[in-house]
Amino acid sequence: MTRQEIRQAIIDILADIAPDEDTANLKDDVSLRDQLGLDSMDFLDIVMELRKRYNVEVPSSDYPQLATMTSCLDYLSPKMA
Amino acid sequence: MAIQDRIVITGVGLTSPNGDNLEQYRKNLLAGVSGVQDFETRYMGKLIAGVCHYDPLKYQKKKDVRRGTRAGSIAIYCSHEAISDSGLDFSAADKSRVGVFLGITEHGNVETENEVYNISLKGYDTAFWTHHHNPRTVANNPAGEVTLSMGISGPHYTVGAACAAGNAGLISGVQMLRLGEVDVALAGGVSEAIHTFGIFASFKAQGALATHEIAAKASRPYDLDRNGIVVSEGGCVYVLERYEDARKRGAKIYGEIAGYAMNSDASDFVLPLPQRQVECMRLALARAGITPAQIDIVNTHATATRLGDQQETQAVREVFKETPTTYINNTKSFIGHAMGAAAALELAGNLPAFQDLVVHPTINVDHLDPECAIPNLVMNEPRKIQKVDYILNNSAGMLGINAVVVVKRV
Repeated sequence: MTRQEIRQAIIDILADIAPDEDTANLKDDVSLRDQLGLDSMDFLDIVMELRKRYNVEVPSSDYPQLATMTSCLDYLSPKMA
Repeated sequence: MAIQDRIVITGVGLTSPNGDNLEQYRKNLLAGVSGVQDFETRYMGKLIAGVCHYDPLKYQKKKDVRRGTRAGSIAIYCSHEAISDSGLDFSAADKSRVGVFLGITEHGNVETENEVYNISLKGYDTAFWTHHHNPRTVANNPAGEVTLSMGISGPHYTVGAACAAGNAGLISGVQMLRLGEVDVALAGGVSEAIHTFGIFASFKAQGALATHEIAAKASRPYDLDRNGIVVSEGGCVYVLERYEDARKRGAKIYGEIAGYAMNSDASDFVLPLPQRQVECMRLALARAGITPAQIDIVNTHATATRLGDQQETQAVREVFKETPTTYINNTKSFIGHAMGAAAALELAGNLPAFQDLVVHPTINVDHLDPECAIPNLVMNEPRKIQKVDYILNNSAGMLGINAVVVVKRV
């Protein structure tokens, strides 16, 4: 997947997890938690959806890598390439 | 502690297959409008069920609906509606003095079935089992979701009482008020039962699942052509307060919980025992300090199984054998069997009779089972009667649990 495709894949997951929020205009360098009001259960959902949809494993020690869109893309690009 | 405190109903919130508030529900009960419909299921194809059509987003965000359970969503809807109906200034209320007590027939089956299905798509790899499973399936879930939604910090729990749960929830609310544990109780029952196949398949295996070409005709207690239960979802939550508190704030009072009783058959997993039902009704009447003849309406539990209908009729006939002004009705013919919500919903449908003196009928009785031919059974058309001062709501469930509530006009 290209970086742009991975970005869209993350947005699709976020749109399901935070259905009341605007996921179309996310800022790449602001924390997803702050922009979408995510809590720890939501991050577990993101991890689960990555596993289900893309067979990507995110060990708990790597959860901080999912903080912003940019950090997500940097972390996930090698795994989803 | 004041065991003798008078406890009254000051608010009603409900969703039933034929109405999402008391006014609409009552109107349909008087007009003979069923809420039973065709219903598609994952494993069993098209079945018949009672389905609610309330708007979950009236009181929840999409994320809350996604994260929680259907029973939780129904409980949240009913609780907000009940508080709104009560006229309580809830924003100013001391939330630590509010409690939530909801009857359930079962809980967790829906989520468990869904998750088993989900991992079946992944070769039963449990790594795909959601972390939401536990908070969704803990037995207090529906009541707990209400506290989260409304900022209630008093006690909450569910009461597992099979199909007597709606009355059991109501009784718990009365008890917690009398114990002084709370000043406001949100009490009643909820059901999400239609969203898992197990309950349908189990009734089918038992020969007790209703079928009919026309869905609205499928739930037919007392009719010779009945062939079983229509499973439904639904909820009904009451605001309960001490009479003195309600009177002081000038609240509208639907009725007073004058008496109640619960007991156990101790005889069979599934079959009811008329003698214990008789004992339960008599205990509730004794606690209310009244005779059977003072009851104006008996709302029965009858679920449209042959034996269940006949045995309950036998019990009602025994208690109300010399009571010429006691009228009998049933609500499941309209809404199916709403399980944990059944008793609470069925009581709600009758409360307006204190004002309009009309007994809603039981519908779909084309050929009355002679074994159920009890005097004053109100069939197919509503009946206006002379007075309505007391209503008795009867309920019973598997493992031999009975719960009766007597409500008095105030």
